[in-house]
Amino acid sequence: MSDMNQVVDRIIARHPGEKNLIPALQEIQGELGYLPELALEAVAQRLKIPLSRVYGVATFYAQFRLTKPGEHLVQVCRGTACHVRGSQVIQEALAREFGGDGRVSLEEVRCVGCCSLAPVVVVDGRPFGRLDPQKAVSVVRGAL
Amino acid sequence: MKLRSLEDLERVRQEGKTLLWPAEGKILVGMASCGLASGAAAVYQAFCEAVESQGLKFRVGETGCLGFCAREPIAELRFPDETRIFYGEMDRDKALELASSFSHGDLRPDLALGRIGGDPAWEIPELEQITFYRGQRRRVLADCGLINPLDIREYIAQGGYFAAWQALHMPPEAVLEEIKRAGLRGRGGAGFPTGKKWELARSAPGPKKYVICNGDEGDPGAYMDRSVLEGNPHSVIEGMIIGAYAVGADEGYIYVRAEYPLAVKHLRIAVAQAEELGLLGSDILGTTFSFRIHIFEGAGAFVCGEETALIASIEGRRGQPRPRPPYPVGSGLFGKPTVINNVETWANVPLISRHGAEWFRTLGTSRSPGTKIFSLTGKVRNTGLVEVPIGTPLGQLISEVGGGPPQGKALKAVQIGGPSGGCLPAELLDLAIDYETLTQAGSMMGSGGMVVLDEDTCMVELARFFLEFTQAESCGQCPPCRIGTKRMLEILTRITAGRGRPGDLELLEELAHGVQETSLCGLGRTAPNPVLTTLRYFRAEYEAHLAGHCPAGVCRALFSYAIAEEKCAGCGLCLRVCPSGAIWGEPGKPHRIVKALCIRCGACVSVCPKGAIAKL
Ligand SMILES: Cc1cc2nc3c(=O)[nH]c(=O)nc-3n(C[C@H](O)[C@H](O)[C@H](O)COP(=O)(O)O)c2cc1C
Ligand code: SF4
Ligand code: FES
Repeated sequence: MSDMNQVVDRIIARHPGEKNLIPALQEIQGELGYLPELALEAVAQRLKIPLSRVYGVATFYAQFRLTKPGEHLVQVCRGTACHVRGSQVIQEALAREFGGDGRVSLEEVRCVGCCSLAPVVVVDGRPFGRLDPQKAVSVVRGAL
Repeated sequence: MKLRSLEDLERVRQEGKTLLWPAEGKILVGMASCGLASGAAAVYQAFCEAVESQGLKFRVGETGCLGFCAREPIAELRFPDETRIFYGEMDRDKALELASSFSHGDLRPDLALGRIGGDPAWEIPELEQITFYRGQRRRVLADCGLINPLDIREYIAQGGYFAAWQALHMPPEAVLEEIKRAGLRGRGGAGFPTGKKWELARSAPGPKKYVICNGDEGDPGAYMDRSVLEGNPHSVIEGMIIGAYAVGADEGYIYVRAEYPLAVKHLRIAVAQAEELGLLGSDILGTTFSFRIHIFEGAGAFVCGEETALIASIEGRRGQPRPRPPYPVGSGLFGKPTVINNVETWANVPLISRHGAEWFRTLGTSRSPGTKIFSLTGKVRNTGLVEVPIGTPLGQLISEVGGGPPQGKALKAVQIGGPSGGCLPAELLDLAIDYETLTQAGSMMGSGGMVVLDEDTCMVELARFFLEFTQAESCGQCPPCRIGTKRMLEILTRITAGRGRPGDLELLEELAHGVQETSLCGLGRTAPNPVLTTLRYFRAEYEAHLAGHCPAGVCRALFSYAIAEEKCAGCGLCLRVCPSGAIWGEPGKPHRIVKALCIRCGACVSVCPKGAIAKL
């Protein structure tokens, strides 16, 4: 708790002012893994702006997470190139396999820029290309 | 150490040359995101180990993307006389094998993809003669995959920052004039003349101005900008220095989307190196001109590619577009005159300053000179980044450079310009790729995404896919876009689910025109394009859906799988992979799919050794 306040203090000191709200939130999420409600309140307080402004920004951008993610982040690309090469079936296979596994957070992203290797899944920040459902499942299993 | 004179720059160029073409030769691995996603890190590691353990003389280094992503990971053997040999589809074993062959002086023509320079007797094709490269004219991408993007000296070795030096020693008006004469148009989609934009910002009142590089690259299925930012970040920085000088700006931002961590990393390193050499900061290259660049990481919002939303985002707000005018050139970032250009637009600037407007105009059309980079993806053999003169026929790009769809499938359409663009049918492949022609055909140039579609793609489902995207990405402030795209998505969803109603197509068209005409920003105004173009060119496919049939066999409610009894060997492979227990049968006897349980995932089709499972 006080830990979190320290994180917020330190980051706001480095990114003072309302105009730095987005980089500040990005760094807070980088350290805490997500943006807990209390952190948003602390940010609003430090920057002396209404909580609704902070919340408005945090919920507008897809990158910000308001709930705690699992230990491993698995992002299935649902961009166009991956879509026409079967990313939906991959997404379904991963959901079947790891949907109930608390260690894994399954998210979808809209293109990570590796479209030539579609379909693509990013596991803990590492992109893997040219997958099919079986390969995708084994890539994720390998990361656990 | 700050560079102050042309001699200083020349000295670094010489230094860079010895890094680019070291006397002992060099092994390079393409380590852009696409390379890494296909396993380049293990290849790099293997070469390092081999060089170490076998005591080879070569240096091992990294470079950016060569564009031929279908063959990634790609490695290169480079000689001091500027000969280069490329090897595709690398893996760890192949790297170890190559390294030991190299140590015996064997160049392994059997594994080589192509060469630049060298000896025809080697029996390795010239890279430029490979169909993928033959139709291309690589200008912006020329140094991508050649230089190490993490070392500014290699960029300078290729003539980098000499254009900036030249520009800073000319009157700003003359720099601007050259860009105008070149006829450079914005590569971010709309094709606005860059020189004119700069002139408007230059003549706007006030001492404080900004330049911004739009690296949001929101089109999901396009990655030209990522490759340039990762593989040649200095070309963008140099372009911005020249642009800032021409318009009188002293501060710039590069806005990169959050999904591109490697691009952000390379940019940060590039900016730091440029600062160290006095190419950014105060009194650049010994002049009185000062300019700083900040990197801003986007946070995941497609609409932030729109210029006024992007500005709002840098200012720390929700990325909501605002009405224009006022245009950013008059009132942009923090209310100051601001030039926003796309990554590729900026990367063209140093080339024009260096080689002149006439050179620039030698490629492309008279209205749209120069080249354009496209990311060729989807159902095409040679996926990758291609740079061609504007005006190149679409068919040449897809069938020759791209090699057409794989597995002998028929080309059906090509989707250009992402969620704002449209789908053009195979019959229109004679069209020249330029801003006006594509717009007339109902699509748009967009930023360069080109997704090739074959007979297995359902155009109705694709239209639904795009609408789902734009609907989710709408910032929500104006009702036609917020509600209109939602209603359109609902209609498309029910059509693809087999619940379409008579009159749905007319209703879709009416809504589409309404959203187009009354939305505030480009997102809403172009969101209907994928629907309108598919309705225009593939109406029969929509009608088939209304009649209960998906011709491409994609929409799950409108087809089913069945096992052909006479072909089935009863091996049971399908039964084992079926995730929903929909397949029944005894060993050695024909199996059967229970329609009600089948989720149409297609897993059984891909494992059946007899090809006995087909769509009905
Ligand atoms: C919804 C929407 C998304 C856009 N996305 C991008 C983008 O990702 N990259 C880009 O350069 N321009 C994008 N644009 C165009 C920009 O608003 C702007 O016109 C462009 O950056 C200007 O640069 P240019 O003249 O060099 O093309 C987008 C526009 C709209 C309406
Ligand atoms: S058209 Fe859509 S994205 Fe653009 S301002 Fe309106 S609601 Fe927002
Ligand atoms: S569409 Fe999946 S990486 Fe671009």
